[in-house]
Amino acid sequence: MLNLTSVDWLIMLLYFVFVLGIGFALKRYMKTSKDFFQAGRALPAWICGLAFISANLGAQEVIGMGASGAKYGLETAHFYGIGAIPAMIFVGIFMMPFYYGSKARSVPEFLRMRFDEKTRALNACSFAVMTVFSSGISMYAMARLIQALHVFDGLFNSLGWNPDGIFTFSICLSALIVLLYIFLGGLTSAIYNEVLQFFLIIAGFLPLVLIGLRNIGGWSGLKASVPVQYMHEWKGVAHASTNPMGIEIIGLGMGLGFVLGSGYWCTDFLVIQTAMASKNMESARRVPLIAAIPKMVFPFLVILPGLIAIGLPTPHTTTVVSTVNGAIIHETTVVSPQVEQGRGLVPAKINPVTGKPMLTASGEPLLDYDMATPNMLLHFFPTGILGLGLTALLASFMSGMAGNVTAFNTVFTYDLYQSYIHKGGSDKHYMAVGRWATVGGILLSIATAYAAINFNNIMDTLQLVFSFVNAPLFATFLLGMFWKRATGHAAFTGLIAGTATAMLHHGLTLPIEARPGIHGGWIAVLHHYPSDMAQNFWTAIFAFGANFVVTVFVSYCTKARPESELVGLVHSLTPKPDRAHIVWWKKPEALAVAILLGAIALNIFFY
Amino acid sequence: MSLDLRIPMGMMFTLVGVILAAFGLATNGNEKLYAPSLGINANLWWGLVLLAFGLTMLLLGRRSQKRLAKLPPEPVGDGDARRGH
Repeated sequence: MLNLTSVDWLIMLLYFVFVLGIGFALKRYMKTSKDFFQAGRALPAWICGLAFISANLGAQEVIGMGASGAKYGLETAHFYGIGAIPAMIFVGIFMMPFYYGSKARSVPEFLRMRFDEKTRALNACSFAVMTVFSSGISMYAMARLIQALHVFDGLFNSLGWNPDGIFTFSICLSALIVLLYIFLGGLTSAIYNEVLQFFLIIAGFLPLVLIGLRNIGGWSGLKASVPVQYMHEWKGVAHASTNPMGIEIIGLGMGLGFVLGSGYWCTDFLVIQTAMASKNMESARRVPLIAAIPKMVFPFLVILPGLIAIGLPTPHTTTVVSTVNGAIIHETTVVSPQVEQGRGLVPAKINPVTGKPMLTASGEPLLDYDMATPNMLLHFFPTGILGLGLTALLASFMSGMAGNVTAFNTVFTYDLYQSYIHKGGSDKHYMAVGRWATVGGILLSIATAYAAINFNNIMDTLQLVFSFVNAPLFATFLLGMFWKRATGHAAFTGLIAGTATAMLHHGLTLPIEARPGIHGGWIAVLHHYPSDMAQNFWTAIFAFGANFVVTVFVSYCTKARPESELVGLVHSLTPKPDRAHIVWWKKPEALAVAILLGAIALNIFFY
Repeated sequence: MSLDLRIPMGMMFTLVGVILAAFGLATNGNEKLYAPSLGINANLWWGLVLLAFGLTMLLLGRRSQKRLAKLPPEPVGDGDARRGH
């Protein structure tokens, strides 16, 4: 049972006060819609860089990476090493000149400049829907975690409120705070809070890793207490059956690195918006690179807690007999079956109907990996620093939501409202629309969170649909930026074909040990994958491939745009900026090479 | 730039650091409280670390603010020149 004292509450309260305070302080700087939606394009690179990585470091990431660390071990670090760092370098060096240089205000707007109106409309609509749902899912996950950790139980008890209201209370509280600070300070507010969250995550998780490692006996102790393949990133990756994730090197490299990772880091406006807010082109290019530096070391902060959690001894019901002043004292520590059936600090999943631990097909208890990181916090932190750890978790939930909401209000206002509903309004008008879009976006997120309670499968289904829409995206941007022949009709058909292929592939394949349905095979089962991750990566590869081929084919069948219209949008037609005045080691390219070498060194070390 | 983030952020971490360190000092030697963290007074030590971080941020923020105040008004920058687009 969680026992929070006033120190914990004080720290949490302090965070809320500062978050709102920053919002109010920024309000007077919000004069034009550019200030509100693009942070005036005036922020320094380091702030945008830290926000770039924090926008992705939502709580799903923090909890999910801990869960994955407990489930798969260090191989999880591939999500960083393969899945993020190369893509971040690519977007900084090669793609940012077009995003920033084109003066587009959003990623869909870039698509209109490069291709045509319908490609933009398709991307803007699907993106707007996805951001609203994502922030709703984030809200739902936060309320569930607050319930599971009993954060507000004490507060509710002392106030005499019904504990059933905790879910609603958590949702309303987070919605209200995010709404206020974005309403007041727009993107600047969201970015500042993402930076604040970045440091809070370090402040909350670094001591956790240090204490956890000390308890387990340091690095060598950790090595001794988990299966040997958990401690290797690359060993056994050549074949699906010899590594914990069940994925072979081609699926991993192509699927995660080239398609999914690049698709996310290079095209998702959620992260790109922070880079586009920086003050000049060189800063904008440096933003993803600056973000890549902490990204290299973040596996230690977010994956290790999960790995330590699984490596620690599982608590059992014990009785300690001691004699104090002649009296024999039996001190019994009772451990629930949920904990006893688990592994380490990872509890077993409990069937809500029978109250017994759920079993897998082979009779092993099913583990609730998502509790790995939160349980580590509760296990090692005394009151005081526990408040800090919980605040870090809350902060990451809220800033994940905030990033989605600002991306939503920008895309809604510029790409949907200004383009299709009301053209030619005043700047003030669009700023007001943006503010109200924020309110609307948050209300829709709340609706999503409540829908998630009532329909068990909604989260899985939504994430599945997102993966269909997102998987082919990178091919469109790649061809758009580096092949001047690509046309608007081709981009549009390619995107649709890619999404259709993703659905078809998912419908025809199935991971082993899964039944046809949400996991795939809902048309027919033609192929079995060794794991759902392998299926996921290959779905992305097929979607990307289909989009690429269709876009190239249709481009040759349709009329190309005159080259003069594509200056600043396509690599070969854009003049190289004169950067002779910058010292070589200050150039983004030098930073990129240094990061690449660092990432390779880390991968060799954890081979 | 409008508001230097380092100042509010520095203030927040300084305050959190002071609270944690003070609480850690007050509870120093409380074995039961610090049993989870292996007998280490995590509040005191981590509070001091955060205090140092917060003060550094504040110092950096203040310094650049003073430097900006001394400079003549900024010439119209790259971003403003093209605001018409």
